[in-house]
Amino acid sequence: MTEKRYVYADNAATTRVLPQILEAMTPYYLEEFGNASSGLYSYGQRARAALEDARARCAKMLGCDAEELYFTSGGTESDNWAILGALRAKKDKKHVISSSIEHPAVRNTLLRLEKEEGYEITWLPVYEEGIVRVEDLEAALRDDTALVCVMYANNEIGTIQPIRELAAIAHAKKVPFFCDAVQAVGHVDLDLHELGVDLLSLSGHKLHTPKGIGALYIKKGMWIKNLIEGGGQEKRKRSGTENVAGAVALATALEYMCGEEGKRERERILALRETLIDGLLEIPHVRLNGDRTRRLPGNVNVSCRFIEGEGLIMWLDLMGVAASTGSACSTASLDPSHVLLAIGLPHEIAHGSLRLTLDVDNTEEDVEFILDAVKKTLERLRAMSPLCQE
Amino acid sequence: MYSEKVMDHFQNPRNVGTIADANGVGEVGNAKCGDIMKIFLKIEDDVIVDVKFQTFGCGAAIATSSMATELIKGKPISEALTLTNKAVVEALDGLPPVKLHCSVLAEEAVKSAIADYYTKIGREIDFDLGCGGCCDHCDHH
Repeated sequence: MTEKRYVYADNAATTRVLPQILEAMTPYYLEEFGNASSGLYSYGQRARAALEDARARCAKMLGCDAEELYFTSGGTESDNWAILGALRAKKDKKHVISSSIEHPAVRNTLLRLEKEEGYEITWLPVYEEGIVRVEDLEAALRDDTALVCVMYANNEIGTIQPIRELAAIAHAKKVPFFCDAVQAVGHVDLDLHELGVDLLSLSGHKLHTPKGIGALYIKKGMWIKNLIEGGGQEKRKRSGTENVAGAVALATALEYMCGEEGKRERERILALRETLIDGLLEIPHVRLNGDRTRRLPGNVNVSCRFIEGEGLIMWLDLMGVAASTGSACSTASLDPSHVLLAIGLPHEIAHGSLRLTLDVDNTEEDVEFILDAVKKTLERLRAMSPLCQE
Repeated sequence: MYSEKVMDHFQNPRNVGTIADANGVGEVGNAKCGDIMKIFLKIEDDVIVDVKFQTFGCGAAIATSSMATELIKGKPISEALTLTNKAVVEALDGLPPVKLHCSVLAEEAVKSAIADYYTKIGREIDFDLGCGGCCDHCDHH
């Protein structure tokens, strides 16, 4: 272990705050720290102006109106608010349709509604490719369906769902559509008015802001109940002192990630992803999880036979690579990720999964380094595996 | 998350491999639950003269296998049979609660290998084997 190099390849977990984003937000901590709701004096007024400017900039990059964007603490809050707020706004309907690969922020919210509030949830299958089929949604819609929730892109296998088509199907039956786009915003071309969803959640720290800022898009005409009560901030929809610095960071991040430079970066990252996938698939007994083309530009998820993911991640860390796994060996249930099981992987293959997520900081050298580290780690772990007889 | 001892045994596992002329082999756990331990014993005059292991599993599974083999190497069978999962955990300076099942597997792997030896020499198995993970229920470890 002489290498000092360390490659961060877990950008789906969180990303580094980019210097220009930190720089843009810092004045709102050090100088313009006023409360955006203290409008009687200039500090508050300037904070308010910065907040609304940030909202308008975010809206422009997302293709929506500023009035349709509400700042929140992040993806989990936005997901909870969208689901609970939409369902509590029409209590007579008790059926929800979702996909079988949702993030826990959506999945566990729905599971609790099923357990405690009498909701019935239909989990749409995603097949081997990890993608929901439009005809399955069509067949699942009922008169008492209150909401459809399908994520834009999966956080583990990166597969991109046909959101526009799915939303159109739901709307044909007058059912609102919520999309958790936490993994997608800033990483794919996304125009909210074109997309046609009623609710969409996003999080800043997946696109290089600090943790603690996110947003919920609520389409004009869509009415949902509040999740958080208090001082009536965000047009009485989401209480809590406004995170002005966070909003500025989110606006700066969206302008970068969805702008020309960000789009060029996506192309570069996509090429890195392809090199990484090709290299990994050259290793014996490694398979790609999820559709190869309909996936996020930076997402790689493979299963490595005969080994278990936790040991793989720990060893990769020692080798200088940060990655993640869907093996839930550290959770009480010992069940591997529901996403990997949903694409039909047997438990023992799911336990050996490896997720590498690339982003703007990653280079070709990183990919070479990762490939070398994964090869050496697999050799080592397979040599001690009773399942591997080679 | 893990103690230095666990990390040491994970990074530098002792006694990894197989023994061609082993006279006691035990395998516990199952791939579905994400951990399998296989222990090979070379027993002479009721003394464990050599021991090797192979493990499919997490960091804790590898470390507990390694430590268990260290604790029984060179010991008489009677002593190896008194090895408890608790002793393995203590020798590793503790394990996170969700990983305690790995130490249970290590204890059971040792017992399973000794039981195999007993069977081979026609001796009655007079100790409890534990569940060994054969039931296919991951929460029963």
